[in-house]
Amino acid sequence: MSARTLAESVPPVADLPESRQPRQVKRFSGLWERSQTLIPTLAALVLLFGMLIYAEVAYGRVFHAGTMSTLLVSFAPTIILAVGMTIVIVSGGIDLSVGAVVAFSSVAGVMLMNIGINGWLSMLLMIGFGALFGLISGVMIQYFNVQPFIATLAMMFLARGLASILSTTPVVVAEDSPLLLLATDWKIIDGPKVNDFTITPGLLIAVLVVLGGIFFMHRTRMGRTVYAIGGNESSAQLMGLPVARTRVWIYVVSGALAGLAAIVYTAEVGGKAQNVTGIGWELDAIAAVVIGGTLLTGGYGYVLGSIVGVFVLAALRLIITKDGTINPEYLTIITGAVLLVFVLLQRVLTRRRAD
Amino acid sequence: MSRVKTALRTPWFWAIIGIAVLLLINTIKNPAYLAVSVNPTTGMLTGNVLDILRVSAPIIMIALGMTFVIATKGIDLSVGSMMAVGGAVAMETLSTLNDPTSVGAMFTAIGLALALAIVLGAINGLLVAVVGLQPFISTLIMMMAARGIARVITDGQNTNATNEPFRQLANGQILGLPTSFVIAIAIVVIIALFMRRTALGLMIESIGINPHASRLAGIRPRPILFGVYILSAALASVGGLFSVSEVMTVSVSGTGNLMELDAILAVVIGGTSLAGGKFSILGSTIGALLIATLNKTVLFLGIPAAATPAFKALVIIVLVLLQSERVRSFAFGRSKTKGTPPGPPKPTVDRSAPVSKEKEVVA
Repeated sequence: MSARTLAESVPPVADLPESRQPRQVKRFSGLWERSQTLIPTLAALVLLFGMLIYAEVAYGRVFHAGTMSTLLVSFAPTIILAVGMTIVIVSGGIDLSVGAVVAFSSVAGVMLMNIGINGWLSMLLMIGFGALFGLISGVMIQYFNVQPFIATLAMMFLARGLASILSTTPVVVAEDSPLLLLATDWKIIDGPKVNDFTITPGLLIAVLVVLGGIFFMHRTRMGRTVYAIGGNESSAQLMGLPVARTRVWIYVVSGALAGLAAIVYTAEVGGKAQNVTGIGWELDAIAAVVIGGTLLTGGYGYVLGSIVGVFVLAALRLIITKDGTINPEYLTIITGAVLLVFVLLQRVLTRRRAD
Repeated sequence: MSRVKTALRTPWFWAIIGIAVLLLINTIKNPAYLAVSVNPTTGMLTGNVLDILRVSAPIIMIALGMTFVIATKGIDLSVGSMMAVGGAVAMETLSTLNDPTSVGAMFTAIGLALALAIVLGAINGLLVAVVGLQPFISTLIMMMAARGIARVITDGQNTNATNEPFRQLANGQILGLPTSFVIAIAIVVIIALFMRRTALGLMIESIGINPHASRLAGIRPRPILFGVYILSAALASVGGLFSVSEVMTVSVSGTGNLMELDAILAVVIGGTSLAGGKFSILGSTIGALLIATLNKTVLFLGIPAAATPAFKALVIIVLVLLQSERVRSFAFGRSKTKGTPPGPPKPTVDRSAPVSKEKEVVA
């Protein structure tokens, strides 16, 4: 079989000047398209710096090591949740259970520590509880065709209810619990007076989760499968990607991260856990993801964008608390308005892409 | 035999069984649970069953609105916040007018509450029908914003007011039934007749099944979507009025909190598919009654009210599993379908249903 194939027998035409041009145009349009998916994220970044600069000019003491580190530390649990939510939303799903899972994990974990289970083991179990809730939603979604919205809603009810059955009053860990080590202040920059840049192990965990999330989404096969499921599930299936396994994993990861957020949060508030913790946190996480430029229809989005989204929410809260004249009653209205602007921006961009 | 089979497949049949089981549990705990007696001082009937009917009125209202929204393949997460807005407007109006016996003040309060709800519902409709946002996200934004609006209306306070006619909404009785329940059922019947005796219900369903095809068939989706979200907001506002009239106080963070989930749950229990295109008003009403019964039962058994969500979760999980292809083929011995990946939602809608459902609604 030495005969050449038909394709080989056709002389190459790559040198023709006409053929080069379209390729270049194509490359430019590809670049343009890719940069368009970045526009919402860039817009969020611009808005964030605008807000911070405005706050600095209007109220002062914003670009200030003390303020910045307090803000970062208090938003560490939200950052962890936002990473998990990004993965879920990129896959075209939604996880409404995270806030309630935080409540259940923290109450259950603190109770375990109080009955004498080793603190580190209890923390592992807290992550395990979160992962278990995620596993149940994942299995319902993948194998029983339940909509993600409903499955995670059920888990939200279940986790909140179980947390309340465990205890409706706050439970507190012992003073010597290793959990509290996670809230140790590490002074990174020793500034004048109270202007120190301090971080806690909890914040470090959040940073590691962000790095892990970026690595997972952009450098692993499973991460690419997540994008593929969100883009077009049937295509992903036909390409032979492990859709079923990946989807269950997505929810397990989201649940486990909620468990981790519970550890960080409980440590931060001095080891106090309550069944009403985390009400509305899923909305914060979803808002952060949306502001960060991830499309709710799935397939597009960046973990770092969601982190920018968390910071936008944090800056909003900072401005409202610094400015005494804005009624705190307006907080949710303003958050809603910011969210609306970003969703509209996304809408304009996706409409153009569809044309 | 086939009749029994049809009944077994009707989702709200299971809801009725559920209500019966819950009532049975309560009766076992206290044999006098179902008893209804006359209160000697007020001359009104009292009893646990009447309590259940009274607390079900707001849930019936939001579930009714949610039914139509879900039938268009949408979702309205803002109903709970909308209840708070309705309650806040009413309480603020009544406390400003402050005439404890005036019927006029009551109607002013109700009118203003409805008007604001219609405006907010129209914004939802605008975002969904004209801008083309996903219903989930537009109503999520409205959920956050409306809760804030309720706070702004009352200045963040839990406002209370006195107005006897308004208080009678929940605490009065008509023919021995709680007034709010009677009004709620009247609204349900009127809307059911309107939906099923005109083509409106069919149009809503057709948009839920395939908006593109229904547009080609000459149905204009925009006004219908607008109408559906306005209706949902207005009904939620009425639900808010019912729930504040019971205590004559609006709690800006508590009124209607998480009630959107109750509404969705009631609709799902009633057999309306979340994939859109099919709705059952009777089913949603029975679903709302089941939730009200569940709430009361949990309290009656001495379990902390905060634990109720766990029981609701069990109800949801059992129901969605019963509705899933995999369990059905296993339980009802249908030809075994291969493990189908979720993928695009399958049109499980029975196209011949509307005719038979019409009877169902009237019955």
